[in-house]
Amino acid sequence: MDTLFAIFQVASLVLILALLYHPLGEYMARIYTSTKDLKVERGFYRLIGVEARSEQTWQSYLRGVLAFSVTGLLFVYLLQRFQAVLPYSLGLPAVPEGLSFNTAASFVANTNWQSYSPELTLGYTVQIAGLAVQNFVSAAVGIAVAIALVRGFARRKSGTIGNFWVDLTRGTLRLLLPISLLGAVVLIASGVIQNFNGFTEISTLSGGVQHLPGGPVASQEVIKNLGTNGGGFFNANAAHPFENPNAWTSLLQNVLMLMIPFSLTRTFGRMVGDPKQGHAILAVMATIFVTSLTFLTYLELKGAGTAPQLAGAAMEGKEQRFGIFASTLFGSTSTLTSTGAVNSMHDSYTALGGMMPMINMMLGEVTPGGVGSGLYGMLILAVIAVFIGGLLVGRTPEYLGKKLGPKEIKLASLFILVTPTLALVGTALSFGIPAIRADVEATSIWNPGVHGLSEVLYAFTSAANNNGSAFAGLTANTPWLNTALGIAMLLGRFIPIVFVLALAGSLAAQDKVPATAGTLPTHRPQFVGLLIGVTLIVTALTYFPVLALGPLAEGLL
Amino acid sequence: MSSPRTRIRHYWVALRAMLIFTVALGVLYPLAVTGIGQLAFPAQANGSLAKVGGATVGSALLGQSFADADGNPLPEWFQPRPSAAGAGYDAGASSGSNWGPENADLIAAIEQRKAQIAEFNGVSPGDIPADALTASASGLDPHISPDYARLQVARVAAARHLPEESVRALVEAKIHNRDLGYLGEPTVNVLQLNIALDALKG
Repeated sequence: MDTLFAIFQVASLVLILALLYHPLGEYMARIYTSTKDLKVERGFYRLIGVEARSEQTWQSYLRGVLAFSVTGLLFVYLLQRFQAVLPYSLGLPAVPEGLSFNTAASFVANTNWQSYSPELTLGYTVQIAGLAVQNFVSAAVGIAVAIALVRGFARRKSGTIGNFWVDLTRGTLRLLLPISLLGAVVLIASGVIQNFNGFTEISTLSGGVQHLPGGPVASQEVIKNLGTNGGGFFNANAAHPFENPNAWTSLLQNVLMLMIPFSLTRTFGRMVGDPKQGHAILAVMATIFVTSLTFLTYLELKGAGTAPQLAGAAMEGKEQRFGIFASTLFGSTSTLTSTGAVNSMHDSYTALGGMMPMINMMLGEVTPGGVGSGLYGMLILAVIAVFIGGLLVGRTPEYLGKKLGPKEIKLASLFILVTPTLALVGTALSFGIPAIRADVEATSIWNPGVHGLSEVLYAFTSAANNNGSAFAGLTANTPWLNTALGIAMLLGRFIPIVFVLALAGSLAAQDKVPATAGTLPTHRPQFVGLLIGVTLIVTALTYFPVLALGPLAEGLL
Repeated sequence: MSSPRTRIRHYWVALRAMLIFTVALGVLYPLAVTGIGQLAFPAQANGSLAKVGGATVGSALLGQSFADADGNPLPEWFQPRPSAAGAGYDAGASSGSNWGPENADLIAAIEQRKAQIAEFNGVSPGDIPADALTASASGLDPHISPDYARLQVARVAAARHLPEESVRALVEAKIHNRDLGYLGEPTVNVLQLNIALDALKG
């Protein structure tokens, strides 16, 4: 009976996303292929000194991405360092250097890992003028890079892949801002707060004292989800009733997280001139999504483990209004996109249930992944899958009419090595260097035993894959973790972008080769199966050993 | 290959773009949303405050403590779930316990809560629902399950010298079904139930 409610919930989500798929996907394709600028855009280009009609080589596009992101990093860092003198800081002092770096890296890298507790650390000005701005623009950067790669497939004999500043501006102004304005109003109507009241002291019904928080929450909540950022206005993130007051707003937030990543596959199909290619990618993403969600829901519903069995259900760290189903749906969506928001505490999930968000992130945030980053990550895996398919039948691999030679395969291989290396090396160093291990064990780890290893593994997996969710018992506000995770987030974001844009440049320069009888069709179920296989096998081979030391050991012993 | 000058030019563009984005997205956008929110939905935008006789007694969305200064639950009020926010329902420190499923502290806490709630309400430990034994994700969960509300009826009625049937009827009236009939779980809002309970006395 209860299972029926869970199925209805997922069915509504699928229905809403299906209704959005075509119009949103086509709209995004028009945004990034249109040759007309809005009046306000022309004014903006004049002010920043950009010639909108001039196209960029991949190197120039990359330099734009990096210059913009470095500037953002400095901006957010300095805002935090000067918090004490900014208005609406709620009397909070400057944020310390290490934490400021970690937070700036986190929001510029579209990760939104939070080493800090927002209520105790950040005033309104840093939240809205620093963090929320990055929530918009880091998302727009991700989509821009994905579009650049799609142009690489779509163009022939082209030396350029678009103009970064135009893509950035259009993504922000035409896509993210209007949906955010609309979404924020709906969230407010449903109970999410939006004010500048600070804390209000009230006398409770039984005569106690409570300090009710205020804040511009709705405006931030909507873009945190839409841009797959994930950083909460409050420490409890989307479990806080002021961020996510009921099961309906929770479903709406799932929609916000998923609408752009899924619909981008339509944009991709449209831009390469064959929507079926987009459907194949969508099928891969959706299959893995539904499978992962089913596993997590089953595991939490079963509630294995000493504490859940004793309590009668795995309700530790879950809100009554969400229960198991709305919690596992949000947890799956948030970790399968690169959002990392939570409406339940993953640290308190059952041992094997808690492994699912970790595996979701280890997949590389491609099903459907973050805005833009999910699509470019999946297209890289498609390149690998075509290569493997080509080896099996002994032909030169081609994808969408482009030959995948040694250069392209090298770039794709380097791409998929980056995040596992960061996640595993970071975890290994945390336990391998005696002094750091002592600090991590004494200060950072919250739960004893193998669960503690899971907390650190989760943290580095989350940072390297730009997710940002946590096994939140971990105290990450230490010199080692602030620095190491900050570096992992930056490298995990921008090194893959270098390879993606290099690949885009290399593909754009090629002519298209006509499909022959020997070309592997990449829009059929056979290819969908191959791509699912590649996605899972790459992840499994990389991470199985360390999963065996953490959640598997805890859940199976 | 570009010259150093064009490379620096990227930073000059980036700086100007970041300044304009900060004004547009970091100032104008949140102010516009606040303006719309305060005009169209002032009650929600300001935290869905719950009032009794004109005085604010909390937010309908945030749980609050119904314990005495020493943290002992008061029998005349319906009790919320355990809370890991500060010392309990500290609205400035939202948090879950983050204890893992095999954590000895969590296991001990659940055992202790089970014994306390059974004794406090005069029920069998086996009848206590899971939400009563576990801390929520936010530490500010305003709700309990209908089962946990029903379990507290006899105790509350006795403490207030009210007929059990009228308290029971009140609880049933305060059960909020799933959103849209199928989303989430049925809930009882503890603050709103307790406010109505006070009115019942008068």
